[in-house]
Amino acid sequence: MKISPSTNGDSLGHRSASLRRRHVVASLFKALCIGFTLFAVSVLGLLIAQVGADGLPWLDAQFLNNFPSRFPEKAGVKSALYGTLWVVSLTALIALPMGVLAAIYLEDYAPASRLTRVIEINIANLAGVPSIVYGILGLAIFVRFFGLERSVLAGAMTMSLLILPVIIISSKEAIRAVPSSIRLAAYAVGATQWQVVRSHVLPAAIPGILTGVILALSRAIGETAPLIMIGALTYVAFTPEGPMDEFTALPIQIFNWASRPQAEFHELAAAGIIVLLAVLLTMNALAVLIRYKGTQK
Amino acid sequence: MTLLAASKYRWGEAILRQLFFVCAFISVLTTVIVIGILAVETSSFFEEVSVTDFLFGTEWRPLLEPKAYGILPLLGGTMLIVVGSSIVALPVGLACAVYLSEYASDRARNIIKPVLEVLAGIPTVVYGYFAISFVTPGLRLVFDDVQIFNAASAAIVVGVMVLPMVASLCDDALRSVPSSLREGAYSVGATSYEVTARVVVPAALSGIFAAFVLAVSRAIGETMAVTLAAGATPNLTLNPLESIQTMTAYIVQVSLGDTPSGGLAYKTLFAVASVLFTITLVMNLLANKVMRKYQEVYE
Repeated sequence: MKISPSTNGDSLGHRSASLRRRHVVASLFKALCIGFTLFAVSVLGLLIAQVGADGLPWLDAQFLNNFPSRFPEKAGVKSALYGTLWVVSLTALIALPMGVLAAIYLEDYAPASRLTRVIEINIANLAGVPSIVYGILGLAIFVRFFGLERSVLAGAMTMSLLILPVIIISSKEAIRAVPSSIRLAAYAVGATQWQVVRSHVLPAAIPGILTGVILALSRAIGETAPLIMIGALTYVAFTPEGPMDEFTALPIQIFNWASRPQAEFHELAAAGIIVLLAVLLTMNALAVLIRYKGTQK
Repeated sequence: MTLLAASKYRWGEAILRQLFFVCAFISVLTTVIVIGILAVETSSFFEEVSVTDFLFGTEWRPLLEPKAYGILPLLGGTMLIVVGSSIVALPVGLACAVYLSEYASDRARNIIKPVLEVLAGIPTVVYGYFAISFVTPGLRLVFDDVQIFNAASAAIVVGVMVLPMVASLCDDALRSVPSSLREGAYSVGATSYEVTARVVVPAALSGIFAAFVLAVSRAIGETMAVTLAAGATPNLTLNPLESIQTMTAYIVQVSLGDTPSGGLAYKTLFAVASVLFTITLVMNLLANKVMRKYQEVYE
């Protein structure tokens, strides 16, 4: 590079045209990046505005307490809301212990073997399998092979398989974040492996694990395709009383309303979305709270 | 006495260890069962329909007479969604990541990151609703011959849907580039654009590539938004303003109807799902492999 010998005080005046152009390009590039980022952020605003404008007028106690109906003004989300709560609770009961135990195995127990590597790679890939494929799995195994029909249990088991990889991956991270000095100290005073895990690793990792589990469960709440596959899109005018009852769920009810041509049903779908987002927001607030309490210690 | 207790206790340890292993192994079992089911049902489908008819046929009409089982229209529909959503998600996602990692102040980052996380957490059925209630009417204002259900609307919302993932993965990749590389480039007088485009992005290229592959894979598997907005017309076309059907939307359509289990129509479900599963699996394997490799380089 040639350095000009006449580097006097007013360098601004002597800036070459090419340098000026390079700075213009840089500012344009920065503006472009900011513009695209603002676009992404504003989509969230647009989406909320659209849902709010369509749905808020329909949102009242009647909407929460009524069953689905052919008449928009009488339709409500009671069975869908209860169905979602049933499915999510059962999913948590199934997927939480399995996911956490699998993560414990992979972090603290697994030997550095080929099989372990296969399991790890497999989990990473399962996390990317389209949810509708899990629906087909649920249809073939739980609904038909085990004969669970269109029950809450079949839905919860399908959802559990869907979110297990997510729970395992986030729990592994939480467990890995526990300093190994804690483990070593416990081993040094003669604790067995399970004692180390139960009394030292798990207590330290629990906030992180719970945060991951809640985020995984919020994914289960929003998933529609697998439940449609196992046949949950039916007219259900009752709330489930047990794990073998038929059910419908919030995203399915929203899909049902949104796929009808009439504008009233689209607005009902928007009202349903508000209820769904409220449930999700509650869960996420819980996750933030747990994370906050965890870091306070 | 204490010896006995101790040996009993070790048994407990061994059993627990096995239990934990079983939990971890269930994931492998899941994959095996998925592949098993798809393979069995698909091979019985191929007893009635030839593989070449299925893979290269240009008509998909499995539920109406005269029946035809060529998957190309469904693949074409999926590709239209993939291309359209990539046009939205890849450049915008990368630009967001560049802004977050190269330009944004901590304050801006603390606002934008959570917004992207919220966008990523919104259920896909909500994006489907957004497509039919906002994007499609918008498109119809701009273009004349937009069908009520069209590929463009679905592709745009799928793009918005995968955008946060692209942004977050690219952000991780860009931030893992050592800052000494940036400082070196700045110190010889490079502008921020030159540092980003010629130093940081090339250094993070494998991570960015992995992010793009994962985004495309998600767009291929995306179901609810395309079912709601793109229509149910298997249609081999390049025109995004027409109604199409993707592989995923077809699977939903069949499972919504009263298709008797065991018939040929029921088996098409598994044949289409096999194609879907194979494509996404190959892409995920590729992306994960690239990501592992690049993590090894920088950690």
